[in-house]
Amino acid sequence: MDHAWRVEKLRAPRPALLQSDLLMDIFIQQLINGITLGAVYAMVALGYTMVYGIIQLINFAHGEVVMVGALIAFSVINALAGSGLPPVLIVLIATACAAPLCMLLGYSMERIAYRPLRGAPRLAPLITAIGVSIILQHIALLIWTRNPLAFPQIIGIESYHAGEATITNVQIAIIGISTLMMAGLAFLVYRTRLGAAMRATAQNAPIAGLMGVDANKIIAATFVIGAGLAAVAGVMVANYYGIAHYTMGANLGLKAFCAAVLGGIGNLPGAMLGGVLLGVVEALGAGYIGDLTNNVFGSNYQDVFAFIVLILVLVFRPSGLLGEKVGDRA
Amino acid sequence: MNALRNHPQAKWIGVALVALALLALPFALASAGTAWVRIMNLAILYILLSLGLNIVVGFAGLLDLGYIAFYAVGAYAYALLASPHFGLHLPFWVILPIGALVAALFGVLLGAPTLKLRGDYLAIVTLGFGEIVRIFLNNLSTPINITNGPRGISRIDAFSIGDFSFARTDAFLGLTFSGPVKYYYLLLLVMVAVIFINLRLHDSRIGRAWEAIREDEVAARAMGIDTTRVKLLAFAMGASFGGIGGGMFAAIQSFISPESFVLVESVMVLSMVVLGGMGNVGGVIIGALLLSFVPEILRFTVEPLQQRLFGRMLVEPEVIRMLIFGLALVLVMILRPGGLWPSAVRRRELSAGREAR
Repeated sequence: MDHAWRVEKLRAPRPALLQSDLLMDIFIQQLINGITLGAVYAMVALGYTMVYGIIQLINFAHGEVVMVGALIAFSVINALAGSGLPPVLIVLIATACAAPLCMLLGYSMERIAYRPLRGAPRLAPLITAIGVSIILQHIALLIWTRNPLAFPQIIGIESYHAGEATITNVQIAIIGISTLMMAGLAFLVYRTRLGAAMRATAQNAPIAGLMGVDANKIIAATFVIGAGLAAVAGVMVANYYGIAHYTMGANLGLKAFCAAVLGGIGNLPGAMLGGVLLGVVEALGAGYIGDLTNNVFGSNYQDVFAFIVLILVLVFRPSGLLGEKVGDRA
Repeated sequence: MNALRNHPQAKWIGVALVALALLALPFALASAGTAWVRIMNLAILYILLSLGLNIVVGFAGLLDLGYIAFYAVGAYAYALLASPHFGLHLPFWVILPIGALVAALFGVLLGAPTLKLRGDYLAIVTLGFGEIVRIFLNNLSTPINITNGPRGISRIDAFSIGDFSFARTDAFLGLTFSGPVKYYYLLLLVMVAVIFINLRLHDSRIGRAWEAIREDEVAARAMGIDTTRVKLLAFAMGASFGGIGGGMFAAIQSFISPESFVLVESVMVLSMVVLGGMGNVGGVIIGALLLSFVPEILRFTVEPLQQRLFGRMLVEPEVIRMLIFGLALVLVMILRPGGLWPSAVRRRELSAGREAR
């Protein structure tokens, strides 16, 4: 940047230079958008990866928890929007309502749909998970209607500029909050008794059981923690896009799953890295695909990137970026 | 009773009675309204799809969550080759095999890179694949208009042989054959063929290989089964049934758009297979019939009931339908993992498991 500025000073600005400057700004802008989105993916991916790490189950309904969190927050924010409370406090109250309810939802999901099937063939819990996901979507449809719900814009958006690229206060908040929450999770998993029990169960459930770890409790705790993260992610993403919808969870959940696989499923730092990377890939892909393909493909293909990344990872490095090589545990 | 059941002629009389009932069915349905014939036709299409998916999920034990993509490929293949969109009007007996082939090709395309993966990964990849196909169908209207995007393709040709068109109403032997009734007989014919192929496949060498892979892939490989090839075959065959179903769907509806090929449809077909009994042809047919008809019956009962009770519609039948699908998946897996009519192998397994406990 500095260099470009000096060149500009010396000579009359040339269109080519201007364009390269603009390109740089677009790149930074897409990078900011991508990291924001990626932070949300990472939070959701953690839920997938923790559950998978412990019981080797893809909790297909995890995305729906995000959706329920977002919609509960919508109701709360809508109810409090005219109350004159400070906007930040309203959002905090909304999160404080959404997170416990989602945690309860995560617990019930595990209790009702997954625990009875422990030890059953692998396909069985996957199929119940799909069932749970459909049920949750349509219960949400009954409660919150089938229309996309516009979030009341109570937080005034402030933009900070760097060249042509801007970063908003909401983006900063999302990145900050998710960093904090992930740090908290890391502390929980690597520094507490509960975390040690979780890691022990993930490594070898029967032996952990012999050491006095109640596997059922630990598994339930894992679902609850994942659901809490998902609820916060839901509130953030709905505030970011300003919209919530009863189907929003499915797509988000899928992408977060892709992120978890990209990082190495079962691996916590992997999920964080995978989430951010996937967000950046999506944002850059959507931003540049038009230029790269001469406008044959446009940004409406954004949703394809996550799946292409997923397929590439599974074909070339099924263990993910940070995952260890896992044997066939079919 | 038992003597009657074992009597060889009794079996044939039973088959003849079922055949007669199936032949007379559209006229009985038509007296209740042509809508019911159409519903029956859709139900048969779902039976075709469920039988196709059953090869992949039930026989080979590979969970495919993007099955509807093959249906979409078949439907679009037919729509593009027999509509004013490209000005092509090929006859259906040329297109249907093409559709089946293209769908099978897509099946191999999807299967080849992913079949080395464990089952649950495969499920997600197939799901992603289904979404990719839908996204492309939605967006391939620029720069060259191939799929006409979300607006879909309309005025698709009906099936016709020479002067005989499946869209017209004809009188024959004093009976009126409307379009849906003619399609019913065609679908019935295809269904019988597909059921026959399914049953023969199940008892064939390949069918046994699929079952072996489903039960224990490592052991199957040790027995000399080329697992990748056999799994690919399952994918390709399942996909080709989906392709044929899709072509017929396009002709019967005469209009298709990406809307018809969303994830929910894949889940619906999966529900049918799971509810009826994975791996058992009879069970799958029952599952497909149940999940096709119960929602329609609900539509005719739930609406008036709610109107009378609450004075307005509280819960749309569509929502109830989806809730039933979801509940069916959860409850069947927990309470009766073999489905309503489990396959013989599953039944043996389940009872053996109970003894072991």
